[in-house]
Amino acid sequence: MTALATGWAGPARIRAHSRRLGDLIRQPVLVLSWIVVLIVIGWALFPSVFTDHSPFAGDTTASFVPPSAEHWFGTDRLGRDLFARSVYGARTTLTATLLAVLIAFGLGAVVGLSAGFAGGLVDTAIMRVVDVFLAIPSLLLAMVIVSVLGYSTNNIALAVGISSIASFARVMRAQVLTVVNQDYVRAAYGLGVGRLGVMVRHVVPNSLSSVIALAALEVGTGVLAVASLGFLGYGAPPPQPEWGLLVAEGRDYVAVHPWASILPGLALAVVVIATHRISTSLRKENR
Amino acid sequence: MLRYVALKVGRALFVVWAAFTVTFVLLFVLPANPVDLLFDPAEINAIPDEVKAQVAANYGFNKPVVLQYLDRFGHAVIGDFGNSVQSGKPVTRAILDVLPSTLVLASGALVLAVLIAFGIALVATATRRPWLRNLVEALPSGAVSVPVFLSGILVLQIFSFRLGWFPSFGDDGVRSLILPLITLAVPVAGPIAQLLVRSFGTELHSGYVTTSWAKGATRGSILVRDVFRNASLPALTIAGVTFGNLIAGSVITETVFARQGIGRMTQTAINTLDVPLVAGIVVLVAASFALINLVVDLICPVLDPRLRATLTTGGTA
Repeated sequence: MTALATGWAGPARIRAHSRRLGDLIRQPVLVLSWIVVLIVIGWALFPSVFTDHSPFAGDTTASFVPPSAEHWFGTDRLGRDLFARSVYGARTTLTATLLAVLIAFGLGAVVGLSAGFAGGLVDTAIMRVVDVFLAIPSLLLAMVIVSVLGYSTNNIALAVGISSIASFARVMRAQVLTVVNQDYVRAAYGLGVGRLGVMVRHVVPNSLSSVIALAALEVGTGVLAVASLGFLGYGAPPPQPEWGLLVAEGRDYVAVHPWASILPGLALAVVVIATHRISTSLRKENR
Repeated sequence: MLRYVALKVGRALFVVWAAFTVTFVLLFVLPANPVDLLFDPAEINAIPDEVKAQVAANYGFNKPVVLQYLDRFGHAVIGDFGNSVQSGKPVTRAILDVLPSTLVLASGALVLAVLIAFGIALVATATRRPWLRNLVEALPSGAVSVPVFLSGILVLQIFSFRLGWFPSFGDDGVRSLILPLITLAVPVAGPIAQLLVRSFGTELHSGYVTTSWAKGATRGSILVRDVFRNASLPALTIAGVTFGNLIAGSVITETVFARQGIGRMTQTAINTLDVPLVAGIVVLVAASFALINLVVDLICPVLDPRLRATLTTGGTA
């Protein structure tokens, strides 16, 4: 019986895989989105592979050179290559985003799990606190937290992460509440498994999927939040390349040299659009 | 019914109180030395200790935390958040001074965003051309993906610097309002449009629409008479999200276009560590959020007979 079952599962799985590959090819935008994201991850990991220019050293005699084959994004006021600054900026912005999503995901999942699993008064108390954090727009909350912690990219990551805990907690709790009432959870209790065992073995693995889908979506939103705080000037100090800061630096000259802020900004927008497209496809597969 | 109202009002009041408390903890308790926050970081070392001690006494920082909290809370209840450190004006006065310009911007952007969202949903549902539907359905996620500061700069570049149709900054008259309105409306329209496209789609395949088809209604009349009315109600449920987007968007929009308003004041208050002003703004925003959600909670049963039925038969909310 088992042999028969595995014998059938094999080809079916292969068929499912090739179908998925076929679906992917039929969705050129999705393929393009993956390529964009992989390139940008490459920028963050090995920036020197993608550009020969330095993000810091500039030639002041060649300031505000328009985009060309030599300088893809042109140069800024100090003659620094803006493409190089965008490439190196990927590391700053993406690291901060990743940290923020990890904080929000980790703490949010723990808070949501405790609320949903404990139930009763504990649940009510936790969720009312979550309500309060949802009542303060996350950009505003992140600004307040950064002002208390001090300006730096790490603190931006921390602030963006903390301000997104509430939405993760809410999704996790909703998922835990449906899982807790499933037959297999009752069966596990019936078999004499303790509460902790049920939580670790059954509730957590079965609740995480929708929270992971939210995390994928949050990567795009997180990049935007980190860049927005950077744009407002709460992040890395100026010589550092960071996407939001790049746009802010070019903004003062936008009337005469529009590319200096628009090209780094467009790169940022393309990355966010790509991550949103990917997270949508992940959510559909989840359903 | 009365129980439902009381419960919702109580919840709203709790959110405002808790937001005050969270802000108090964040701004007055967590910083190791809250007095230092009141001075310009660049000059902090040049300020003699006596002055610091005097300022601390002025702000009540030398009293026990619980007393400080009760004192601030008591004043906040009657709308007194102390004086702004930078301008010396009472916080409430400072907020009220700039509130109108943000209200004009935000409500205008909201109207525009709702129009855009309904336009997108109607086109996506009404069209029979798949490519057009795919294109229109992709617009909302594009709208939320483009950072507000970029769309602001793009709009500024095209319509102000290139075409010269509108002034690039300032806040005099309607002409200077148009570009910020568009900039702010785009990210706000995104989530509303996403929700509407989805609910238009589900309503179009529901039973009563099939009945209308059977009775010989045209596509247009079904969309307007049946789908439009029933699919609009869910849009109210994301009023809170929309409000958050408006606030976050206006911080960036007002900065890009150098307009005065709550958003720009928030940014300046944070930059200069104007703690009382920041606290006042956060509580104001949380209170508005709670009020909006309260109104939505109270309006929904009025608009939706099904909800009203569960409430009057004693169902729990």
